[in-house]
Amino acid sequence: MGKITNEELLKNINTRFGDTVTVVAEPFGLLTVETTKEQVNDLLGFLKNSPVLQFIYLTDITAVHYPEQELAIGVVYHLHSLVNNVRIRIKVFIDGENCHIPTATNLWNGANWMERETYDYFGVIFDGHPDLRRILNVDDMTAFPMRKEFPLEDPNRVDKKDYFFGR
Amino acid sequence: MSDIQIVGAPAGVEGAGFFATSLDKAVGMARANSLWPLPFATSCCGIEFMATMASHYDLSRFGAERLSFSPRQADLLMVMGTIAKKMGPVLRQVYLQMAEPRWVMAVGACASSGGIFDTYSVLQGIDEIIPVDVYVPGCPPRPEAIIDGFMHIQDLVRTESTRRRETPEYQKLLSSYGIQ
Repeated sequence: MGKITNEELLKNINTRFGDTVTVVAEPFGLLTVETTKEQVNDLLGFLKNSPVLQFIYLTDITAVHYPEQELAIGVVYHLHSLVNNVRIRIKVFIDGENCHIPTATNLWNGANWMERETYDYFGVIFDGHPDLRRILNVDDMTAFPMRKEFPLEDPNRVDKKDYFFGR
Repeated sequence: MSDIQIVGAPAGVEGAGFFATSLDKAVGMARANSLWPLPFATSCCGIEFMATMASHYDLSRFGAERLSFSPRQADLLMVMGTIAKKMGPVLRQVYLQMAEPRWVMAVGACASSGGIFDTYSVLQGIDEIIPVDVYVPGCPPRPEAIIDGFMHIQDLVRTESTRRRETPEYQKLLSSYGIQ
């Protein structure tokens, strides 16, 4: 069990940020909060540098695409307090067309590749990132393949055409 | 004692003290039984190739015991496994470094067509970037199937005209892949 409960954790956040950080859910005891892109860097810095909370470990940065939402891209941060044995998830929703969010590389060097991967797959532009280019896909790729409008199957595939199956 | 098999002479005219055949056939016979394969193994088909190469299936029975890990000396490029699009330029570079005459064998579903990986990051068959001589089906193919594919390569090598690589058809094939 964690040394601090989710209630204490939330109280710490709320005394600093008030109502601007809202609780979304608490699945499997994982506190999930939502904030804005203006505030996310402050929140991450607070969680990392707070002497009580000490979320010193950035587990992951990724994104989710919800094409039906107005703010279509949700950037997700997972933090882990190794000292308190507690985790937190932070979600930030940003515009799908003009998706800019401040980088977290000023807090964790490990954010560098995570943000490059998120850029590679979702096209999220992390402002202030030192070297934001593709990391896993081929450099000349133009699309962002994890977005929902991207076709799942490769259009060059020939042996799965309908006429081979009498359709 | 095991029976040592020796490749028979090609068709020709034989008489007392002489044997005449065409240069194509003599060269083809020599090449077919001394192919140097370059194993380009990226996944499970490569494991099957290791079994093919090992003593039980023993690819050296076909004159191919000398694997060439440098493309410069290789005759046959054996592509075994999923080729991601990021690996495509590497594979193409390896093919370009091989000297003519060169043959290519696509082993397994992934190298032949992309296999189960019908997705944005995987090449849908290596014939998108380099010409392929023999396709071996299977996921992964059994060593017998790889040997069968290899024997088909041997047939191609044995019957290939020495001038085939200079023909306009062959040049056209290469230029369709943007080579030379």
